[in-house]
Amino acid sequence: MGQLSGPTDPAADAHWDINKPRKGFFTDTSICIGCKACEVACKEWNRNPRDGDLELTGMSYDNTVALGASTWRHVAFVEQGHDAIERARESGAALVSLGMPAVRGGGSSETVTAATDTAPPDTPEFRWLMASDVCKHCTHAGCLDVCPTGALFRTEFSTVVVQADVCNGCGTCVAGCPFGVIERRSDGTVEPKTKRGNQNEQQPAAIGANRGGTSAKSAKTQVPNAGIAQKCTLCYDRMVDGQTPACAKTCPTTSIKYGDRADMVAQAKERVAQLHAQGMTEARLYGANDNDGVGGTGSVFLLLDEPEVYGLPPDPRVPTADLPQMFKRAGLAAAGMVAAAALSFVKSSLRGRR
Amino acid sequence: MANADCIVLQGGNMAECHPVGFQWVSEAKARGAVVIHVDPRFTRTSAVADKHIPIRAGSDVVLLGAVINHVISNDLWFREYVLAYTNAATLVNPDFRDTEDLHGLFSGFDPETGHYDTSTWAYADPEGGGIDRPGGPDEHGAEQSDRAAGEAHGSGGPSLEHAKVERDETLTDPRTVFQILKKHYARYTPEMVEQLCGISAEDFGYLADAVTRNSGRDRTTCFGYATGWTQHTFGAQFIRTAAILQLLLGNVGRPGGGIMALRGHASIQGSTDIPTLFNLLPGYLPMPSAGRHDTFTDYVNSVGSKKQKGYWADADAYAVSLLKAWWGDKATAENDWCFDYLPRLNGPAGTYQTTVSMLADEVEGYFVLGQNPAVGSANGRQARMAMSHLKWLVVRDLNLIESATWWQDGPEIESGELRTEDIGTEVFFLPAATHVEKAGSFTQTQRLLQWRHKAIDPPGQCQSDLDFFFELGQRIRAKLADSDDPRDRPLLDLTWDYPLDDDGNPDPESVLAEINGRHLTGDKAGQPLSAYTEMRADGSTEGGCWIYTGVYADGINQAARRVPGGGPSPSQSEWGWAWPADRRILYNRASADPDGKPWSKRKSYIWWDAEAGKWVGDDVPDFPVDRAPHSMPDPDLGGPAALTGDDPFIMQADGKGWLYAPSGLVDGPLPTHYEPQESPVANSLYPQQQSPARVMFPREDNLDAPSAGDFGVDVYPYVFTTYRLTEHHTAGGMSRWLPYLSELQPQMFCEVSPQLAAERGLVNDGWATIISPRAAIEAKVLVSERMTPLSINGRTVHQIGLPYHWGVGGTDAIVSGDAANDLMGVTLDPNTQIQESKAGSCDIQPGRRPRGEALLELVREYQQRARVTVETDNIRITDPAREIIDPPPASDPPPPPGADGDEPWGSRW
Repeated sequence: MGQLSGPTDPAADAHWDINKPRKGFFTDTSICIGCKACEVACKEWNRNPRDGDLELTGMSYDNTVALGASTWRHVAFVEQGHDAIERARESGAALVSLGMPAVRGGGSSETVTAATDTAPPDTPEFRWLMASDVCKHCTHAGCLDVCPTGALFRTEFSTVVVQADVCNGCGTCVAGCPFGVIERRSDGTVEPKTKRGNQNEQQPAAIGANRGGTSAKSAKTQVPNAGIAQKCTLCYDRMVDGQTPACAKTCPTTSIKYGDRADMVAQAKERVAQLHAQGMTEARLYGANDNDGVGGTGSVFLLLDEPEVYGLPPDPRVPTADLPQMFKRAGLAAAGMVAAAALSFVKSSLRGRR
Repeated sequence: MANADCIVLQGGNMAECHPVGFQWVSEAKARGAVVIHVDPRFTRTSAVADKHIPIRAGSDVVLLGAVINHVISNDLWFREYVLAYTNAATLVNPDFRDTEDLHGLFSGFDPETGHYDTSTWAYADPEGGGIDRPGGPDEHGAEQSDRAAGEAHGSGGPSLEHAKVERDETLTDPRTVFQILKKHYARYTPEMVEQLCGISAEDFGYLADAVTRNSGRDRTTCFGYATGWTQHTFGAQFIRTAAILQLLLGNVGRPGGGIMALRGHASIQGSTDIPTLFNLLPGYLPMPSAGRHDTFTDYVNSVGSKKQKGYWADADAYAVSLLKAWWGDKATAENDWCFDYLPRLNGPAGTYQTTVSMLADEVEGYFVLGQNPAVGSANGRQARMAMSHLKWLVVRDLNLIESATWWQDGPEIESGELRTEDIGTEVFFLPAATHVEKAGSFTQTQRLLQWRHKAIDPPGQCQSDLDFFFELGQRIRAKLADSDDPRDRPLLDLTWDYPLDDDGNPDPESVLAEINGRHLTGDKAGQPLSAYTEMRADGSTEGGCWIYTGVYADGINQAARRVPGGGPSPSQSEWGWAWPADRRILYNRASADPDGKPWSKRKSYIWWDAEAGKWVGDDVPDFPVDRAPHSMPDPDLGGPAALTGDDPFIMQADGKGWLYAPSGLVDGPLPTHYEPQESPVANSLYPQQQSPARVMFPREDNLDAPSAGDFGVDVYPYVFTTYRLTEHHTAGGMSRWLPYLSELQPQMFCEVSPQLAAERGLVNDGWATIISPRAAIEAKVLVSERMTPLSINGRTVHQIGLPYHWGVGGTDAIVSGDAANDLMGVTLDPNTQIQESKAGSCDIQPGRRPRGEALLELVREYQQRARVTVETDNIRITDPAREIIDPPPASDPPPPPGADGDEPWGSRW
């Protein structure tokens, strides 16, 4: 077993001897237009079932609510007024003064013309944040570390993938993920609450099956991998062929970028420096710090507010990070108990002597 | 767009509705461009723009007119460009009277027909009077409107008898276009913008500064619009306002400039180039009209005069080549190239006139292809009722859409207005192939033809449009084979002989080759044409759409070019093929100064190479390639030969960009603000409330809400506007049947501001009922600060947003809901026959709508309370006491209006 916390090379830790660079995403939420093409492309490629109850959630334009067993990319929509924007700017500025972004003025900022306004912009009255979330493919992945069957494994690209045919659906990984990403796909024991939400023939194998004279009724299909833990594979099946994951491939504004994780982190740092130079102190990175509670993530994000605003944990920590300490404490406790037991014998023998 | 320094998106929601094209806006922004979004709602486009400016729906001409005024009065216009390349210096007919003189009308209004006689708007003729359209005095506005003649200008301006205009280069003569323009917009001020658009002086200043700062020699600004501009009773004029501004600022024909018409879906640009419209033939040749185009000579002369400048003077070559492509050897000089085989228009035959004809039992059958009128047409109830009058209806679609099922589960079945057993319409559903199941070309927004190869065969009985129509033609021709009736000759004489594949279906590339055209005689007989300039009017060439000639040059499908990134040229010339002649930027001669040098290094694109004696640069020059910058050919030469070295607008009859349109528009030579058909706001600029030349349908099934000043305006106090979401496709036929899209936006909703929610007791995620004089629908509620109440003329105007993707009925639809278009009335732009579906009046109440008869009762109760009649909003002249009709009508002046302002008088429709 490799390291349990801090910076490391996950593939090497997993004893891969082929030396491939770690792959990852950089999701730049500052240029996301909330088109959800990533959600659709992901489902198309992975043939994931439709989710939910087909009812409006009332949560802005977000009707898929969160990442889950069938939704591996999820776009959050956050509407904010003036005060919330001010707070985001201040909290971001506080991070900047801590010296968080290490890189100032990278290569790409040269493309900005001289006319670019570098004065801090007036705080707008309103903004609408959009951010495409995805599995973080952590350096220290809680799901993988706690999986008792070996269904979850670390790929040669340092990503984390479920083998559906090995998973027994025990659900231990669900509690092990500090981001709440991995989930067991409903096996029918948890039904959508409306009749409409439970229309079986809408599952992927039947798409278009009622066209051209085929009856929709005959095309009913079962949900694939029911009861099995499911999450983003970073399109492992595409990566082995040198292809870009479906979400990044389809993103029209390059909000989702894919590549070597080191490049992704470098680009992210450059971009955040560029935004800071434009006075947008609210910009900050998420997952780019290898000293965080999960040793940094394969999916790096540029956010425009505190992570909680997007539904992300502010300080994610892999449960197994504490294993050495836990062992130490457990050992100490055991030693203490042994000592106490011994002491009680000593005492009782002393008493007995009296 | 990626080259722009400032991008104004107005009348459109590019990030949501054109997300793929939006990559160029993203790229421009990454390079430092300012992006401004002007829209009633804060949308996903606003979210990534530098600035969102909320505007009241339908008031855009006030805002842009005020920017024009700002540019002229502060001397911020691009003098060299304007003087050389526009008609600013041209003199206009002395009989012309502006809306400033006549209080809201232009000269020539005919209250009898409700249309303009446009002859006084013409350029002054040095011989006296005005320069007419060829073939006599200008066609009357009523006639032009009936054939939606405005749409014929999709690839160039209207014709002129000749191009010998009078000019005053000092721009001081009050008859110059420049002076007329200046006077026309003098009262379009920031204060007026605040009053009518609800935009603060500060926001106006931001917009005006951004646009002017980013225009000139070194910088360019680009506009992008969509149906937020077109779908108004004077929608064409919204776009004209932007065109005037862009010409004044020198932003046309240059990289990063222009006005982008963001088309709504795949190949919708293609469907006007090779039209599915009643009034056009391929390449923007007009459909001939009875009485006006009785002979081929009459027809081609009216399309383009041999005495005018530019390439429309060769309209005869384009028309003959088209007729040769259709009727082959049967088309000869002796029979006028089978011109008489073409049907003639005898009146407007747009969607809405057809609907009304159906209701009058004048239409027997109806083909519905790629359209869902039961959900997508304004006044949906009228559209569905109309279909119930048909004898037969064919719906070709991917799914059993509402237009195919209204007879069993439509809203009128539920309300009891229709009973299935009473409907005599025989409905045929024919399944269609999707875009991945057939090969062909898409022509998108940027005039780019891109070829699609077939990925898989269509399932079951699904068929491509090409296969379907080819087979339909074969079957009809087989049935008529023995006919000797002359009316069957056009069908029997058609060239209908495409090479077939193994399944007996025509090869799509052979159709492209026919569209491109070929030589018929001489050495090159049988070879593809390489440019439209090779077309001849003597029958030696054929070609199905002259603007597409070159797409199959050298026998190669140029639309299938897919060099990554488009190749090394900045114009990305190796990706697809752009009409005309593979030019990526139209009128690109204007990217160089009158001497032929780039305006600046940063914006260089096409320039004159004196040594080589030709125009060179990053694109195909949109100009006679060897015409030197200062050449001054004899104007009598006519056609392309008459273009001077500084006439960049080669499709305009005088070679200039038109600040003022002496011809071609039926509702005014300069854009003028009028209120929408129904509006709670009074027009503070003129006594005239609505556009006087709009096309009205005063009918009991198409009632309008009272406008400002009329009784009952408070019964429908709110403005509503309709739009699309990224997650769905128009009337839903391509998205509500797909699980992955349906789950993203599962239910019909309305968007309201927190203030309106408080005023009406609406709750987020609750239900609301929205009532217009046409219908009442229900929707879930999204309360959001993205909707901003506006302060207009001292009152608060609330706007309600309604996506229009849902419909009632449809078999196997995953999601369904009430249709926003049921709320819409039908009133049209007279230039284009497009309905006003971006602004209407309504009320909103919490809770779900009643069902059955009670729903009709609710709509009626509102109508009665507002005292709505067919006359409401359907009066042409709002205030006859103040407005002047010039020249005065021959008959007695009409009586003054009644006390309540909507007393009928004179001609109303």
